[in-house]
Amino acid sequence: MALLQVQDLLITLKTAHGPQEVISHVSFSMDAGEKLGIVGESGCGKSITALALMSLLPPDSRISGKILLEGRNITNLNSREICSIRGNRIGMIFQEPMTALNPVKQIGAQVSESIYLHTKLNRKQTLEQVIELMDKVGLPMERFPLNLYPHQLSGGQRQRVMIAMAIACSPDILIADEPTTALDVTVQEQILDLIQDLADSSGMALVMISHDLGVIAQTAENVMVMYTGNVVEMGSTIDVFQNMLHPYTHGLFSAIPHVGSSAKQSKKRLSSIPGQVPELHLRPNGCNFANRCQRASSICNEKEPSETRISEHHQVWCYHPLNRQDKRKIKK
Amino acid sequence: MFKTLAELLGHGLKNWSFVIGGAISLLFFLVAFLSYFWTPYPVEDINISERLLKPSTQYLLGTDHFGRDILSMLIQGARNSVIVAFVAIGIGIGCGVPLGLTAAARKGWIDEFIMRFNDLTFAFPALISAIMITAILGPGSVNSIIAIGIFNIPVFARVARGAALSIWKREFILAARSAGKGPFKISIEHILPNISSMLIVQATIQFALGILAEAGLSYLGLGTQPPMPSWGKMLNEAQTFMHFAPQLAIYPGAAIALTVLGLNLFGDGLRDVLDPKLRRSR
Amino acid sequence: MKQPLVKIEDVYKDYQLPKKYLFQKAPVFRALHGINLELHQGTSFGIVGESGCGKSTLARIVMALDEPTLGKVLFDGRDLFNMPARDLRHLRRNFQMVFQDPYGSLNPRKSILGIVAEPLDTLKEKLSFAEKKKRVGQILAEVGLNAGDTDKFPHEFSGGQRQRIAIARALITRPSLIVADESVSALDVSVQAQVLNLMMDLQEKYNLTYMFISHDLSVVEYITDQVAVIYMGKVVEQGTTKNLFQNPLHPYTQTLLRAVPDVNPLNKKQKNKAIAPLFKKTEKSCPFLDRCTRAAKTCVKGTPKLKLLGEEGHLVACFNAD
Repeated sequence: MALLQVQDLLITLKTAHGPQEVISHVSFSMDAGEKLGIVGESGCGKSITALALMSLLPPDSRISGKILLEGRNITNLNSREICSIRGNRIGMIFQEPMTALNPVKQIGAQVSESIYLHTKLNRKQTLEQVIELMDKVGLPMERFPLNLYPHQLSGGQRQRVMIAMAIACSPDILIADEPTTALDVTVQEQILDLIQDLADSSGMALVMISHDLGVIAQTAENVMVMYTGNVVEMGSTIDVFQNMLHPYTHGLFSAIPHVGSSAKQSKKRLSSIPGQVPELHLRPNGCNFANRCQRASSICNEKEPSETRISEHHQVWCYHPLNRQDKRKIKK
Repeated sequence: MFKTLAELLGHGLKNWSFVIGGAISLLFFLVAFLSYFWTPYPVEDINISERLLKPSTQYLLGTDHFGRDILSMLIQGARNSVIVAFVAIGIGIGCGVPLGLTAAARKGWIDEFIMRFNDLTFAFPALISAIMITAILGPGSVNSIIAIGIFNIPVFARVARGAALSIWKREFILAARSAGKGPFKISIEHILPNISSMLIVQATIQFALGILAEAGLSYLGLGTQPPMPSWGKMLNEAQTFMHFAPQLAIYPGAAIALTVLGLNLFGDGLRDVLDPKLRRSR
Repeated sequence: MKQPLVKIEDVYKDYQLPKKYLFQKAPVFRALHGINLELHQGTSFGIVGESGCGKSTLARIVMALDEPTLGKVLFDGRDLFNMPARDLRHLRRNFQMVFQDPYGSLNPRKSILGIVAEPLDTLKEKLSFAEKKKRVGQILAEVGLNAGDTDKFPHEFSGGQRQRIAIARALITRPSLIVADESVSALDVSVQAQVLNLMMDLQEKYNLTYMFISHDLSVVEYITDQVAVIYMGKVVEQGTTKNLFQNPLHPYTQTLLRAVPDVNPLNKKQKNKAIAPLFKKTEKSCPFLDRCTRAAKTCVKGTPKLKLLGEEGHLVACFNAD
């Protein structure tokens, strides 16, 4: 049985324009130890999906569908049951370590918080555990005493504290929501390495959420490309990134300037996706990407595309997925 | 922000404190305005034979020890409170906001000087100092306006400076500077519109405090002078008859409490409505 | 060779830090440490470095928003910090800035007309309202917005559109230099591409000079002709974009480039373990000493100066660069 199964997840949030669907019919599953990447632009619903897994959605939101953790639906639990899962079975790392840490609490106390909550260890054992954790995330006690405050640490070090908090109870799933967006490249590299090492060594499943295709390519085995609350393409990272089928995935790839572009003599323009992400209340009836898509036909505007299974590990939600010839044409 | 007043009202009508506080405040202003045209009886009319009457259809709230109609006096008193509080706020905003904006724009020793002077003013208890000022200048509504107004200056200076400092850090100020605008123009064109909502909220709260201060000074006989009625003075005069005519104290007391409550509620509601952080649109 | 449009000459910038004790002399943080750069008309100059390296300070000094502690900035041969305030005000029409945050850089209380027309006040001649509106309409159309949007407010636009408005504001006085401080960093990938393309189109059309500051190496590589890498307030490597990216010589540049995650999942990076510093850093030593894989004894004793190495004016500040 899969460790985590999301079935037909549908989330509506209250907005100024009435309740709006921010996640529509998202399904995926994860095995223990799997590394899943979720990639997409702002507003695609990747963060909301993460919050839903943690049962941290805002109170006026509505959720339907199932999130099964080892076969048990966690969408309709009471707050006590949720708390026993949150932090214990599923840990989360947030984007902005400065705001996600309590500025007036010592880092040792923040890390020990969830250990106190979820285990029956006494003070001394907890302390030992915290020291071990800090060592694991690269903040050895000799140089980083536990009584430091978050503002005494650099951005990368704060993110390490966040990671220590998230893995304190050795959860089965670690969710990292844009963990390195606020960091410099060199620090990003270290943090990504750390997260991967921790996941590998403890067999934790990892959900890596990012807008950065490079980060996903380097950390995830499987990837889910999201656009306006829908999954548009899903599969193993190699399949999706090497043999992309959805026009949106392809658009994303051609829109980023690649390292090595200076080798070419002429200053070519990037191929950008025309238009912009439609606002929540203005989403079209059919495929949400239709009005920005060059391959769109009349059916795209009428009916949402359903899943097309290309191979065992590669699905796409599109009426007109790219085929080999198209790709060759585009490359030229 | 809000392009129209109607939009503001639309947001406000979803907020309970805004609605209730606004209704009470509106009633208060209407009553004060009404006094210019009509009061049930002229307030100067002394009619000793009809003194200390209980409420009746003739005198809705009864009469005082001179036989004056209490309702008329309350209506007239509202006007007095409004004028004093209004002008005092005007003095506070007129002097305090420029001081605060200057302090935020120039920083350095000018900022230090203005703010330390502010602290000095804060160090005096406001009402006692107002008593001192009216004692020196002599009692009267004009002097009480000045006394209350002076103590509004540091309040607005501090609010304006604090809010302005946070706006000065925004990038659009850098853009304005790189367009060649000096600190004075930036303060007027960029800072002031962005801190206006905070100033408005502060003004409603200071308005309530101004009414209280005016009542206090009049109660001590330093504010509005007879024969003009004022709520504070009515309280003072009612003291003597506390035991056999408590209604004389209850009516003005209730009027003060209700108005101050209404204004504070309105201020709170207004803060929620104007605060961009609580607004949904980007 | 033609006179450079902007010449940054030996610029130092010190900031005072908060005091730790009451009677202490305020400690000084040196944000910029002797920067020398030349920007030529019609080219793009990239400034790369990690957060806190001083690249934004440099941008503010070039924009004359901040004065350097030492050194000067020549714009078209004229010293920005040695001229009457009036002249500087008029000169400002020639250099404008596009900021990072498309939400923070537009005054939410002003209409698009008010925002975009603001720099027009630096012009010597005063324009009528109708003339201003006409010019704003033209420039909006040019950056890909609706010329009729002048009466709208910033909150009615998306992030990418706001950045276009910011570009329109920077362009309205027809400047020759545009300083772009992380101008596309906050945008989504697809919108970022649109804005980058727009900037390149405008450069071709008006022979603009860009000073392009970013932490995103691939964007800098894509848009610039020349690059300087800054580390702790010093230029450690400088050269043509092609040379610097194809053949990085300074160990810091190499570290930066290696750290960019590759979008090809088949090119898994081998992990480079953080090294224990070989030498202890002192005041005098090379600023990169504690992170350098190639550190030697010479690096402890002195700070390397920029020297010519490689082709086309490729400068490196390292004792051990090859």
